Amino acid sequence: MSFISYLINGISLGSVYAIIALGYTMVYGIAKMLNFAHGDVIMIGAYVVMASVSGAGLPPFAALLVSIVFCTVLGIVIESVAYRPLLNAASSLAVLITAIGVSYLLQNVALLIFGANTISFASIVPVPALVLAGGALTVTGEAIVTIACCIVIMVALTLFIKKSKAGQAMLAVSEDKGAAQLMGINVNGTIALTFAIGSALAAVAGVLLCSAYPTLTPYTGAMPGIKAFVAAVFGGIGSIPGALIGGILLGVIEIFGKAYISSQMADAIVFGVLIVILLVKPAGILGKNIQEKV
Amino acid sequence: MAMLEIKDIEVYYGMIQAIKGISFEVNEGEVIALIGANGAGKTTILHTVTGLLSPKRGTVWFEGKDITKVPAHKIVSLGMAHVPEGRRVFAELSVYENLKMGAYTRKDKAEVDETLAMVYKRFPRLEERKNQLAGTLSGGEQQMLAMGRALMSHPKIILMDEPSMGLSPILVNQIFDIIEEVSKSGTTVLLVEQNAKKALSIADRAYVLETGKIVLDGDAKALMDDDSIKKAYLGE
Repeated sequence: MSFISYLINGISLGSVYAIIALGYTMVYGIAKMLNFAHGDVIMIGAYVVMASVSGAGLPPFAALLVSIVFCTVLGIVIESVAYRPLLNAASSLAVLITAIGVSYLLQNVALLIFGANTISFASIVPVPALVLAGGALTVTGEAIVTIACCIVIMVALTLFIKKSKAGQAMLAVSEDKGAAQLMGINVNGTIALTFAIGSALAAVAGVLLCSAYPTLTPYTGAMPGIKAFVAAVFGGIGSIPGALIGGILLGVIEIFGKAYISSQMADAIVFGVLIVILLVKPAGILGKNIQEKV
Repeated sequence: MAMLEIKDIEVYYGMIQAIKGISFEVNEGEVIALIGANGAGKTTILHTVTGLLSPKRGTVWFEGKDITKVPAHKIVSLGMAHVPEGRRVFAELSVYENLKMGAYTRKDKAEVDETLAMVYKRFPRLEERKNQLAGTLSGGEQQMLAMGRALMSHPKIILMDEPSMGLSPILVNQIFDIIEEVSKSGTTVLLVEQNAKKALSIADRAYVLETGKIVLDGDAKALMDDDSIKKAYLGE
């Protein structure tokens, strides 16, 4: 029974990683940049929920909506102020370093406003735990909601990209910005939309993460952010199903590592797996080998 | 008044001047060829016209309107379509999705469907392969798709960059037949080609480019008989 329980926990944690990894992978696919501040948007999202619930007394669901709106706007502002002026810069390092700068900026702003103390985050998930097999197996409400959210988001996003005009424009921009412009697609607008979607998902991920692991500090987003980045690379950066597969695998490996090998070593195992995957399959599980056109 | 007027443009890549003061015009209904060797600046000119590049000096006028500062994504809805060099179809999208992309700025669904039917009629091959990913098409089919995609915007003028590049002689003939048909159906054509012989054979007028400057221009038939052109571009 404990194996199944670990597996469910792993899938649940992996679902959070997958939702975060979507933000990395979509932004990479379209803007060809790594937004290392993405993890910190999660943390901001969690603080906004906490402040809305315990500060403003909003009901949990309303607080989540406030957080989604806040993070969406934050994502668009970060993109337009910090990244857009650099997207055509001579060196792609410029935008990478800026992303790291934005990451520290967000952490320190949170530090300034909320202080360095760990805040306990009361779960806002209203679903009760599910007790199965005569009490031998308990699935927490957080795990159920997290996995359900991940499935809904994946399906919705896939449909959006496949069926909507804006989604098709995203695919076109990710393939060829110049040709997309010739079709009449506003490339900057499409990139901003991608940041908006990624950041809204980060808000959801933040709430799910903090509901399952109920502590919050200004550095809460950093580690899940890096791990979700690993998940995105793992699955094949730029690929949406890749983010799902990478995220779930990473979550399961982490929980199994903690349970069966060593809880101190779990992170080392996770990053060790990344190194092995990259040695064997440099483009990730579903990644495409990009061929240079002659 | 000319439909498209390029006035004394100068274009730079960083410190390097690619276009050194070029002016030319395209009248409604004409087929105009820009010919010249590799690196003469033909593609740069087209990119400047459709806003992918901006000139350091000079202006671009379309139907009496200065479009020099109009961003690239707003050009197509003015009635100007650009078939880029190397086709640049969206390889991960299906043929049908690529064609829909061409009509991205058009709102009226019934009109778009009408244009789609027209494009399928002109390129039956595209209809046969409408659900296939564009990246799996042959070079000639991709060129047809790139042209069909441009036609989907229902343009007044179509800019074509090296449509014959990398195609077999039979396909080159086919592509040029289609360009002539497009012209006959009322669309103005600005054609950039290294294949000077073919380009001059369908063009009304032509401009000859050398390292960023126009060195010769005139009636296409007359240029075909010009000794210097024969020597430099027609291999006679």
